[in-house]
Amino acid sequence: MAPVILWSDVLIWLLVVAAIALGWLSARNPLLRAAWQRVGRNRAGMASATVLLAFVGVGLLDSIHFRSLLESSAGPAAARPAAQAYSVDVLSLLDVALTPLRTRNEKTYSEPLATRAHAKESTEVRAADGRIRQSRDYPRLKYGGAHLGADEAGHDADVGDRLLRASGIAALVWGALAAAMAGGLARAEACSRREAWRRIWRNESDFAGNAVLVAMAVLLLLGLSMAMLATPYHVFGTDKVGQDVLYQVLKSVRTALVIGLVTTLVMLPLSIFLGVVAGYFRGWIDDLIQYLYTTLSSIPGVLLIAAAVLMMQVVIDTHPHWFTTAAERADLRLLALCFILGVTSWTGLCRLLRGETLKLRELEYIQAAQAFGVSDLRIIARHILPNLMHIVIIALVMDFSSLVLAEAVLSYVGIGVDPTMISFGTMINNARLELAREPMVWWSLAAAFVFMFTLVLAANLLADAVRDAFDPRLAGSA
Amino acid sequence: MSQEVRVREEVLLRVRDLSIAFASGRSLLPAVAGIGFQVVAGETLALLGESGCGKSATALALLRLLPAAGRILGGEVSFAGRDLLRLPEAEMRGVRGGGMAMIFQEPATSLNPVLTVGRQLAEVLERHLALSGPLTRARSLELLTAVGIADAERRLGEYPFQLSGGMKQRVMIAIALAGKPRLLIADEPTTALDVTIQAQVLELLRRLQAERAMGMLLISHDLGVVAQMATRVGVMYAGEIVEEAPRQAFFSSPRHPYTQKLFAALPDLARRGGRLETIPGQVPPLSEMPGGCRFAARCAQAWELCRQEAPQWRQVAVGHRVRCHLNDGQGQRPGVVASVVAAAVTVDTLRSSAPALLVVQDLRVHFPIRRGVLQRTVGYVRAVDGVSLELARGQTLALVGESGCGKTTVGKAILQLLAASSGSVQWQGEELGGQSRRALRPLRRRMQMIFQDPFASLNPRLAVGEIIGEGLRALGMRAQRQEHAAAIAAVLQQVGLDQVAAARYPHEFSGGQRQRIAIARALAVQPDLVICDEPTSALDVSVQAQILNLLATLQADLGLAYLFITHNFAVVDHLAHLVAVMYLGRIVERGTVDEVLRSPQHPYTRALLSAVPGPRLDLQPEFIRLPGEIPSPATPPMGCHFHPRCRQASVACRERYPEASTLSRTHSVHCHLYPQPPA
Amino acid sequence: MLAYLVRRLLYALPILIGVNLITFALFFVVNTPDDMARMQLGVKRVTPEAISRWKAERGYDKPLFINDEAIGSAVFTDTIFFSKSARMFAGDFGRAEDGRDIAREIVSRMGPSLAIALPTFIVGLLVTVSFALLLTFFRASYLDFWGVVLCVAMMSISGLFYIIGGQYLVSKIWRLVPISGYGGGLDAWKFLLLPVLIGVLSGIGSSTRWYRTIFLEEISRDYVRTARAKGLSELTVLFRHVLRNALIPILTGVVVVIPLLFMGSLLTESFFGIPGLGSYTIDAINAQDFAVVRAMVFIGSVMYIVGLILTDLSYTFVDPRIRFN
Repeated sequence: MAPVILWSDVLIWLLVVAAIALGWLSARNPLLRAAWQRVGRNRAGMASATVLLAFVGVGLLDSIHFRSLLESSAGPAAARPAAQAYSVDVLSLLDVALTPLRTRNEKTYSEPLATRAHAKESTEVRAADGRIRQSRDYPRLKYGGAHLGADEAGHDADVGDRLLRASGIAALVWGALAAAMAGGLARAEACSRREAWRRIWRNESDFAGNAVLVAMAVLLLLGLSMAMLATPYHVFGTDKVGQDVLYQVLKSVRTALVIGLVTTLVMLPLSIFLGVVAGYFRGWIDDLIQYLYTTLSSIPGVLLIAAAVLMMQVVIDTHPHWFTTAAERADLRLLALCFILGVTSWTGLCRLLRGETLKLRELEYIQAAQAFGVSDLRIIARHILPNLMHIVIIALVMDFSSLVLAEAVLSYVGIGVDPTMISFGTMINNARLELAREPMVWWSLAAAFVFMFTLVLAANLLADAVRDAFDPRLAGSA
Repeated sequence: MSQEVRVREEVLLRVRDLSIAFASGRSLLPAVAGIGFQVVAGETLALLGESGCGKSATALALLRLLPAAGRILGGEVSFAGRDLLRLPEAEMRGVRGGGMAMIFQEPATSLNPVLTVGRQLAEVLERHLALSGPLTRARSLELLTAVGIADAERRLGEYPFQLSGGMKQRVMIAIALAGKPRLLIADEPTTALDVTIQAQVLELLRRLQAERAMGMLLISHDLGVVAQMATRVGVMYAGEIVEEAPRQAFFSSPRHPYTQKLFAALPDLARRGGRLETIPGQVPPLSEMPGGCRFAARCAQAWELCRQEAPQWRQVAVGHRVRCHLNDGQGQRPGVVASVVAAAVTVDTLRSSAPALLVVQDLRVHFPIRRGVLQRTVGYVRAVDGVSLELARGQTLALVGESGCGKTTVGKAILQLLAASSGSVQWQGEELGGQSRRALRPLRRRMQMIFQDPFASLNPRLAVGEIIGEGLRALGMRAQRQEHAAAIAAVLQQVGLDQVAAARYPHEFSGGQRQRIAIARALAVQPDLVICDEPTSALDVSVQAQILNLLATLQADLGLAYLFITHNFAVVDHLAHLVAVMYLGRIVERGTVDEVLRSPQHPYTRALLSAVPGPRLDLQPEFIRLPGEIPSPATPPMGCHFHPRCRQASVACRERYPEASTLSRTHSVHCHLYPQPPA
Repeated sequence: MLAYLVRRLLYALPILIGVNLITFALFFVVNTPDDMARMQLGVKRVTPEAISRWKAERGYDKPLFINDEAIGSAVFTDTIFFSKSARMFAGDFGRAEDGRDIAREIVSRMGPSLAIALPTFIVGLLVTVSFALLLTFFRASYLDFWGVVLCVAMMSISGLFYIIGGQYLVSKIWRLVPISGYGGGLDAWKFLLLPVLIGVLSGIGSSTRWYRTIFLEEISRDYVRTARAKGLSELTVLFRHVLRNALIPILTGVVVVIPLLFMGSLLTESFFGIPGLGSYTIDAINAQDFAVVRAMVFIGSVMYIVGLILTDLSYTFVDPRIRFN
């Protein structure tokens, strides 16, 4: 195996590091800590956070890439290390985990959990009398329900059985998790486990444990059921080329996360720097920066993105030698999209930070620092930036969901991610005409809808919780 | 005669056992605990108390206008025979503005910014008097004229932002009167106003009340205002009324230890230079009210019983009752205690031989006004327009003036936080203006500043130790880690804070403690001069006394010089050696405290002094009413800036700005009433 | 006040020039015309002759900024920058790949775009403001809570699903209106009804929440307490006092998009096959018609700047502090 480091992977893991750093900073600073504790008390917020964590887990698994060694060269590798040949397919850990879903492709459409294809096909059947007869029927799927053999009637029982087992395992895992949480709370608040359990469900602890537990229960139940059914069946059916839809939605998660998070990462340094500098130094610097962001924001976002993506595509197409794999090419386009989205969306935050800095710099503690002759840089670092943190955090979580939604629209318009990259946008784009088919093919759209809606709704609810906790006007006196 | 007695006896408002709480998360924090009082037509009941004692919540609860988190837990509010707490909302709306009207503290935000004055007045007339059309207009004009607004016709069509602060409050009063209420609730009606405007508004309220025989419930923290306005006084402490008395009895023989302490903590004439009596500690927070007497923890006379059992009402004289276990009820005349405690910090302040630390000459700070398409400078706001002063080690110079006179700008320009337009600021002979930041740095540790708002002056994201250590670091006084910590601990001790405070954050401290931290921050770099910009105006009286005492002690111990910027003459009297009075960017009179405060010569100084409401009944000087308000510093009047408001103005005043007339070695005044120096 | 408006107008000029330069840089500096030609012609036919012919047909064969070979003012005018960018100020956008004049095309397509965008905008504004007022009136009640939950759920659904779902339900299942298309005259309403309905519906979530926040912020102000202390009813307070003040922040976000209505909506128009500017843009993007995209970017910016000026103008109507200063 040879690791492949895509640029977006680097940025994603950089984000993980940044999140850990933010957590460490928050733990040290009592105001930030108090704000996060307020988030922790918000039930909707914590349930959403649990769901989002599951999505992030999928996304992170999908962000460790490598190319597998080709079978032919798997011989005495030590003898001729230079001649190793790697597959051109770049795989991620998630791909490996989902190997059955990834590889067991059917011929074309099939309904969720089906054992037969969606459309009739002419097949030649050798009749009892030995003659070959043409017959039109729904053909059996190659993989979906293959383990049932001839016993197709046992399909429902098999599904029910698997669901039952999944529920059983889910109950066990959930019980263990719940016990661990009660134990933790019992130790933290120095009370009996029974009392801790009661506090969790009566909502009397400083953490919305009940919401987390409920969210976990739902996640475990759905997740394990899907896991139990995914191997023998296609849980969400297959698409036009027979690819498993569940695999596609899981792959879409990473794209959505990259768009939602990396974009913010790209725009944050720029908007913080320019906003603070404009607000703090005022004068011509302020005029210049204001001119810059008014000009950029005056170009309608979609059009600027369209123009930039078109141009980017020209660059990519005219330099095919830059990329060794298709994945790298798609990745660059994804990053370019993030970058362009970042460029078009930094102006709002910049304006906000500039206004807040203007207010802050008139505050008396800044003047006290100036009376000590503290340098401007130090005043910005010690007095201005920490007091802007809440705005940045709020902007970060608020932007996420709108960016995920924007990706879908842009991909539909044709200026989103690379068409070969699986994303919610490309899924919807491929599936939008399927509703018009007779009989209707609804599962691709439905799966994309359910996953995307869950992701965005959770992000929105968490964003609300974070905003309520961090906004000094809403959170009361901090 | 008999009829008058009957009117006086008519009880307008009777409150019984009213309890209010604020919801916070899942718990209810009690704010007002079972208070009761009554207001009779034609009288003014003043509810006196420090911030957070529940007096404003009480006022709002009477009208059922508490904010969303507020809850009325129980009690009875009967107004004109109806229990307001049980009235349906629709009927309650008829009471609001009709039976009972309210004036709020902040006139700037209490009027709707996008509706005209006329519209906001008409609203009440239409609602409660069912007037319409020309009748509304006529009545509106009448009301505006009644509250002393000149040119009422024009003002009707204007928006609040076109009015000055005093005028806005007059409009508020007109709106309150429009529904012909029988009871007026005034919640700190003059706290946001300057003293001269305050005097006008208080006079107006008194006149209107007398004319209309209204009852009035006045909410205030200011003993001076209460002394002028009240018929009866109720003192609130931590959500309870602890003493209630007729005005005469209240000011001559207060009975509750808290009331006595409040009087003693007020800086004033009788105890100049002495230490002020302080109330130790602070008001207990809403969440941890003690059982027993709520004042017990801070009361010097408290004993076991006070901590265990809440005292009941005790009648001590006619109409005078008090909630205190001290059963002998011998109220000590405040001031007696104080004079015993007084440890005179008498510095020979006027050592003329002492070299001046700071010399400011002809300082001007002008801000350009830009207008038009090209943003050309069309004029200047002359915030500071030729101020000169000198200050020697160990001296306190008080710079006194109303808001907008430029006194804070002077302080900032001296510290080089603002660039002066012209003039010089010299520190021990060294010119500060025009120096580079690097060159200024060694001088920065000589001068420090304490700001007005203890909540805005400390960075909430830094620990107290970091805040105090900032100056040490910035000025290169960074020593070894241990020494640094020791220095911070030492300065914390100096301002009376425990050294564990260094690891805590500003939001964990009360206003007074925060101001101590701010003082510690300034002291850490061992300055010679501290510029104090209204350091106590945001604090309660009892806390103000603590800070003033601290400043006095520090001056005696360290020989600090203070430039004390304030609008409060009582504080000036207590702390300052020299006084300079500013009006519209210029100093109009200067001299020693005795000269300026005992024999003021400038008409403005006189008016200003007479407008300050004293917390005594006996010492009230004749009030000199100043017409109008302070003009804009962008367009100061020709000649003497003060002449449009001066009763003694002559032709000369309209033509020339007066030169300084020297009255004594230390006393000078800019006024044409005095012989001008030969040109 | 007039000086204020004149200043805003003058300020718009450098912004337009900036937009023009950015577009130019994006289209001609990031990639050379040769790259574009290669892309447009496809891999097979790329010969140097084909490229130069392609460039010559479209006027991309000139120098970027300065034409050394030209004489007189043509040194500057006979360049790509002048002919492709600077001339846009005069309303000359050149020709599309299909040879049609872009300016004329734009004028003819504005009508259908407006026919959808304007009703969507007006109905949407009315619906969301009323809904937000309703939630504000019943604030901190169950109605408010579930209203907000509904808003959050609605804003978590991608606009694509509103359109797909709407077309499926209304046109395919219920067969109430045609699934797509556009017709002039009286029949137009049949084609407009569904796009407008979907446009309004998809905007309800986020707008309502935004207006509700503004209303709630206004309602906590001191002057509202004064109004209540006058004995006014809650409805009067809401409409006469709160709404009037809340208009100021609402206008900031609303007026600026009015000129952009001309540009139409990319999604709606392409899904419903409406021959407006939105579908024009999408077709141009898919066909990689650079001239059209460039023209649309420029017009979009002009419209945005007009929107900014209109916003300033609207302030003078609702905010006396600006009107009289």
